[in-house]
Amino acid sequence: MNNYLLKHLQELESESIFIIREVFAQFENPAILFSGGKDSIVITHLAKKAFWPAKIPFPLVHIDTGHNFPETITYRNWLVNQLGANLIVGFVQNTIDAGKVKEETGLNASRNVLQTTTLLDTINENKFDSCMGGARRDEEKARAKERIFSHRDEFGQWNPKNQRPELWNLFNGKKLTDEHFRVFPISNWTEMDIWQYILFENITLPTLYFSHQRQVFERNGSLLSVSPYVTLRAGEVAENKTIRYRTCGDITITGAIESTASTVQEIILELAASRLTERGNREDDKRSETSMEDRKKEGYF
Amino acid sequence: MYLNMEILRFTTAGSVDDGKSTLIGRLLFDSKSIFLDQLEAISKISNRKGLNQIDLSLLTDGLKDEREQGITIDVAYRYFATPKRKFIIADTPGHIQYTRNMVTGASTANVALILIDARKGVIEQTFRHSFIASLLQIPHLVVCVNKMDLVNYNENTFNEIVNTYKNFASKLDVKDISFIPISALMGDNVVNRSNNMDWYQGATLMHTLENMHIGSDQNHLDPRFAVQTVIRPHTEQYHDYRAYAGRIDGGVFRKDEEVLVMPSGLKSKIKAIYYGDVEIEVAFPPMSVSITLNDDIDISRGDMIVKPNNQPNSTQDIEVMFCWLNQNQLNMSGKYLLKHTTNQVKAIFKEIIYKIDISTVSRNETDKQIGTNDIFRAKIRTTKPLQFDPYRRNRNTGSLILIDETTNETIAAGMIV
Repeated sequence: MNNYLLKHLQELESESIFIIREVFAQFENPAILFSGGKDSIVITHLAKKAFWPAKIPFPLVHIDTGHNFPETITYRNWLVNQLGANLIVGFVQNTIDAGKVKEETGLNASRNVLQTTTLLDTINENKFDSCMGGARRDEEKARAKERIFSHRDEFGQWNPKNQRPELWNLFNGKKLTDEHFRVFPISNWTEMDIWQYILFENITLPTLYFSHQRQVFERNGSLLSVSPYVTLRAGEVAENKTIRYRTCGDITITGAIESTASTVQEIILELAASRLTERGNREDDKRSETSMEDRKKEGYF
Repeated sequence: MYLNMEILRFTTAGSVDDGKSTLIGRLLFDSKSIFLDQLEAISKISNRKGLNQIDLSLLTDGLKDEREQGITIDVAYRYFATPKRKFIIADTPGHIQYTRNMVTGASTANVALILIDARKGVIEQTFRHSFIASLLQIPHLVVCVNKMDLVNYNENTFNEIVNTYKNFASKLDVKDISFIPISALMGDNVVNRSNNMDWYQGATLMHTLENMHIGSDQNHLDPRFAVQTVIRPHTEQYHDYRAYAGRIDGGVFRKDEEVLVMPSGLKSKIKAIYYGDVEIEVAFPPMSVSITLNDDIDISRGDMIVKPNNQPNSTQDIEVMFCWLNQNQLNMSGKYLLKHTTNQVKAIFKEIIYKIDISTVSRNETDKQIGTNDIFRAKIRTTKPLQFDPYRRNRNTGSLILIDETTNETIAAGMIV
């Protein structure tokens, strides 16, 4: 008698594929929000499996702040070419130039918050009725409360007090014309699950995740990369260090960790021993305790 | 690294003072799952609030309002893993006005943790949460008698509570109940064995969760495959390729087996089953697969593929146990959207048979007013027949939701009788 039990990665994979297929079936014009980070890369990989041997039936949408790591853009272009996927880019610079948002100034300026406006504009212009993102519930406390199918109003805003009950595998994607849904197929995956999956499936990632030499400087306890978008203060010294990135946001706000891990296996071992949360090094989350919750209410990812 | 694991989903239900959030915090803390900076963050808050000990409940209360009021408003999902298992916790509120959230968190759970404050014993809330767990057919219940430190770790107190609960539980449809005396605050019997309760010879909570047999929780007897979408590449290489994509909802499917499509009644044989891009021999729940058939027949989303000698019920008149989730009252002349597997139909209520009085677990056949959080049995009629099994037999093909067409809200959860 066979043992009809799935191992956890297969169960997670099956659940995610189910969700992605539901999006395809329930919505007219879905999109995958693609940042070039490992979570959105895994989503894209899952979407490919979900519709095999057909192509992924959604475009990849990248909100380009203009402050990316160059490696992220290189990787994005490579992947899009590989998959024969349709790429749509929303440029935050355009939103700034149109006068819709103001560039932050000051020493800790970043374009992170500005992304929301560009994101909402891109959604409206392309009339996307649903956007799939790689957010996971274990990442941050506001995300722990998210539904898998998360309803957004006509302003793109998230109201945590009014999210629909989500029961069994029955996802209610009903909405009014101007509203849209954010869908999170990897909600139940942890950071460790993601890396194990990357290992098993032999998924190629941007080089940023692996150990390399970089000119970095210390600010607010984080190691930030030297780049054209950041000005060093008096007292801040740029040094060459052997580092890698655990999470990949903008180059202006993502902190590196000192590490020699250069393969996925080594990263997994490092992760298992790690005592800091994945996003603990994100300056955008440190702005306030409710930083993520506030941004989501405005319409952020 | 922990590659041979299964997933166990459990819910925690208990009132605001029962220490549920502290219990979860304790599970995460003692299993060393809490990262250093999360611990630093809650230490800071605990100090700011003037607390002497780290308030572990702060680990799970996430939203601004909740943190201010110190209660849980919505369902929060927490994750941790031991070398044996990956765990998903659905932490749900205890207040009666948040029944809808408990039902949400509980619907896919393998286990329900029912928390009882040892000083208070079994209360109305205990009955309500246990009843809901049994209604949703959560296969295993673990009753944790908490705050044993506040009753001097007294064995009699524990036994009295267990007996009261067992009397109540005899009316419930639950197959497996365990009882554990714990102190979430002090850590007794949560992950580590208690030094204060030698009279308790059973397992700790963590040991129970790690070793619980969940292999039989899915239905492996009745083959059910609800079609989500049809995959048609339309490319040179795959010109006539047509596969039916979905999740196995029950039973086992094998290559070359004869199948029946419902509701059309057409038959064919399975040509191939794919998991991703890999062909496989056998498929079982909850695998997401795509299936190709020998014959070119008309199948679309909402259809169900089964075996000819094992068919689900197929009718428009259905009896359902509902939990009403919406603020507005049920309108007997209302038309509702109904979602069942991958099908969507309209439904009307024909009759309310009875409401359940949860505290006594008895039927009220006279009061037919249905409002928020009410649990009741009703007859409905759908515009097209549904292919279903009783919920007791299969949670996937026996569950449904009702949607209000004007507000788009999910207003009721239904379990087919």
